[in-house]
Amino acid sequence: MNTMTAQRQAGWTRRMGHGVIVVLASAFLGLFLLLPLAAVFVEAFRQGVQAYVASIGQPEALTAIRLTLLVAVIAVPLNLVFGVAAAWAMTRFAFRGKALLGAFIDLPFSVSPVISGLVYVLLFGAQGWFGPWLSGHGVKIIFAVPGLVLATIFITLPFVARELIPLMQAQGSEEEEAARVLGANGWQMFFRVTLPNIRWALLYGVLLCNARAMGEFGAVSVVSGHIRGLTTTMPLEVEMRYNEYDYVGAFAIASLLAMLALVTLAVKTFLEWRYSDEIAAHAPGGH
Amino acid sequence: MHRRVLPGFGISLGYAVSYLGLIVLLPLAALAWKASGIGGEGLLRLLSSPRTLAALKLSFGGALLAALINAFIGLLVAWALVRYRFPGRRLFDALIDLPFALPTAVAGIALTALYAPNGWLGRWLVPLGIQVAYAPLGVLLAMVFVGFPFVVRTLQPVLQSLDRDVEEAAESLGASRWQTFARVILPVLVPTLLTGFALALARAVGEYGSVIFIAGNIPMRSEIAPLLIVQKLEAFDYAGAAALGVVMLSFSFLLLILISLLQRWSNRWEERAA
Repeated sequence: MNTMTAQRQAGWTRRMGHGVIVVLASAFLGLFLLLPLAAVFVEAFRQGVQAYVASIGQPEALTAIRLTLLVAVIAVPLNLVFGVAAAWAMTRFAFRGKALLGAFIDLPFSVSPVISGLVYVLLFGAQGWFGPWLSGHGVKIIFAVPGLVLATIFITLPFVARELIPLMQAQGSEEEEAARVLGANGWQMFFRVTLPNIRWALLYGVLLCNARAMGEFGAVSVVSGHIRGLTTTMPLEVEMRYNEYDYVGAFAIASLLAMLALVTLAVKTFLEWRYSDEIAAHAPGGH
Repeated sequence: MHRRVLPGFGISLGYAVSYLGLIVLLPLAALAWKASGIGGEGLLRLLSSPRTLAALKLSFGGALLAALINAFIGLLVAWALVRYRFPGRRLFDALIDLPFALPTAVAGIALTALYAPNGWLGRWLVPLGIQVAYAPLGVLLAMVFVGFPFVVRTLQPVLQSLDRDVEEAAESLGASRWQTFARVILPVLVPTLLTGFALALARAVGEYGSVIFIAGNIPMRSEIAPLLIVQKLEAFDYAGAAALGVVMLSFSFLLLILISLLQRWSNRWEERAA
């Protein structure tokens, strides 16, 4: 009898404990994640739909959107090719310095975005290593589109490689070796065996890479020079409008970026749910 | 060793190494070279400037505190998501990565809209004497926000794979719920917690976009080190900016090395105990 009451009591305190943890976690997530997201949309529509639409339709907003897309369209494919090449070398062959190469691939994640922009100013800026030569030849990198692209490539370099390396390591190379033995040439092997095996992880990496490329602020802010209509991407346009007290305008552009983030999360969740076996790492920066 | 059947070693490694060299290593070399231009005396002058010291203290102190807070809250949230079924769990699970997917400038102005003195939450907090926006607390808040996904996402798979039998054994041997957690579960989680802590720390130390809007950037009070770099750059003090960058990078690498040593030590301790 006594033990039964004790057990019942233990069960009750445990359920209480569960309840407290769930309520605390939910409250924190709601307050900390949902509320800022809600704030973006509420502030964007503060003066009605018309003001919102007008604000997005302004020419500098449209050029910012175009520039953001342009930067991502150049940076993401370049990092995609790099990611595949690096993952192929690192998971299919043994060579000296492999650990070092892996550490270098991760390096951009531990460098402040501001420093990522700064290094390119030091290379290509007016007082930089190549600055005088470049200006002598009429080439502009800093305070121009090439600088934005370079800084974005630096920031988003690890994403695809990091997604592919653990997966290709786990998959091993037997299927590819079989294809070779059966007479496939290198490209046939790659397109018929390797690529189908890694396609979902590749898409996953590209998704994260793209989200960061379109949303990057610190690094591009340093190399941009904030020339409206020429070097302001969407996040920079958000900042400029905010600093000019055009809050509806700032939040309107921000709401577009927030939607991009939501779409990214939705696709990411779908990929994890549908193809969890074919995607190795889930953590944003984890292994 | 058997003959290599797989093609492309030379080209893939060559391409990866040259790309990495051009995009990451050469620019970082330029940073080190430019920084060395200020010399020992210049470095001393930079590091003895009270404003620089205050900014470094805020960036590193804030990031350490933010990572610590994230370790606690991340453990709580990961535990709730893995162990319990409750309404909204799937939605919350998907939303964990929001700080990671949301551009930092957007996060910055959204947090400011919430915590500014006339903001959604600020109008209630400021009369209570709690000033978040335009104060060091705002910097901390933004740092917790950007680092949040790291601890949860590193812990989740480990919590999922945790063997429940061990917990049940501990309880049937008379351990209380709390004892089971502190003596059986937590030790296994420590190395993973440290990984998440390090990732959140690395992210928060260099964070710029989400911090500068809410910080108010008051010198000596709520000014972070990356902002000082930007200011030096805008004043064309390239060497000063580069030197501060090198100081920041060296500090963060030192911290990350320290954490990985701690991790190795706790792993070894765990193995010996097992």
